[in-house]
Amino acid sequence: MKPTRVTNGIRSLRFAHGEMTQAELADRIGVTRQTVIAIEQSRYSPSLEMAFRIARVFGVPLDDVFEYSEDEEATA
Amino acid sequence: MTDMAYEERNTWINAAATLVSYVVYLGIILTRAQSVPLVDIDYVAPLLWTLGSSIVASIVGCIVGACIWGRGCGKKDVRDREIELLGGYVGQSFMCMGGSAALILAILKADYFWIANAIYLGCVLSTVLGSITRIVAYRRGLGFC
Repeated sequence: MKPTRVTNGIRSLRFAHGEMTQAELADRIGVTRQTVIAIEQSRYSPSLEMAFRIARVFGVPLDDVFEYSEDEEATA
Repeated sequence: MTDMAYEERNTWINAAATLVSYVVYLGIILTRAQSVPLVDIDYVAPLLWTLGSSIVASIVGCIVGACIWGRGCGKKDVRDREIELLGGYVGQSFMCMGGSAALILAILKADYFWIANAIYLGCVLSTVLGSITRIVAYRRGLGFC
């Protein structure tokens, strides 16, 4: 179940950045590892500020990390 | 338990301690009710003991949990706070219901037994249902409701 329409490519970005661990990313954006897991699995939509922090860690624009699905069924 | 957020683990412990202590309380009261009418039961001591035990058990459980699965101990982030707030809203509504029930019982001049038990039940429902809301939010996301 994905209760949010916001999808993301954090998992692939982590691997593209030297196989960064979830714990490492969590430390860098100041959250728990469980929150990173929830964001990756689209169970939690991060705040705009947190989203910018994640994008900054990977050095990419926000759009390269997050995507907003227009498809209603994508959330089902 | 090992991969659980610190706050989620504490929520489980708190809910379990509250539920178990209330079941023990009910067991004591129902056992005594076999020989004495409900309103004549000495409910004060069991109520205070089980209430106190649940608080102590929650604190001890959280400390033991932190010692065993210490990772992330004491760490709370924005998601934890949002989930805590949601659980608080749900829990608070049952606390209000318990308080309202006690108020009505007092107006109706009901026995102290019923008033005290209405408040106690309100506290238990508030904790347990607030905790269930938090656990579901941790497992399925904040958008589940």
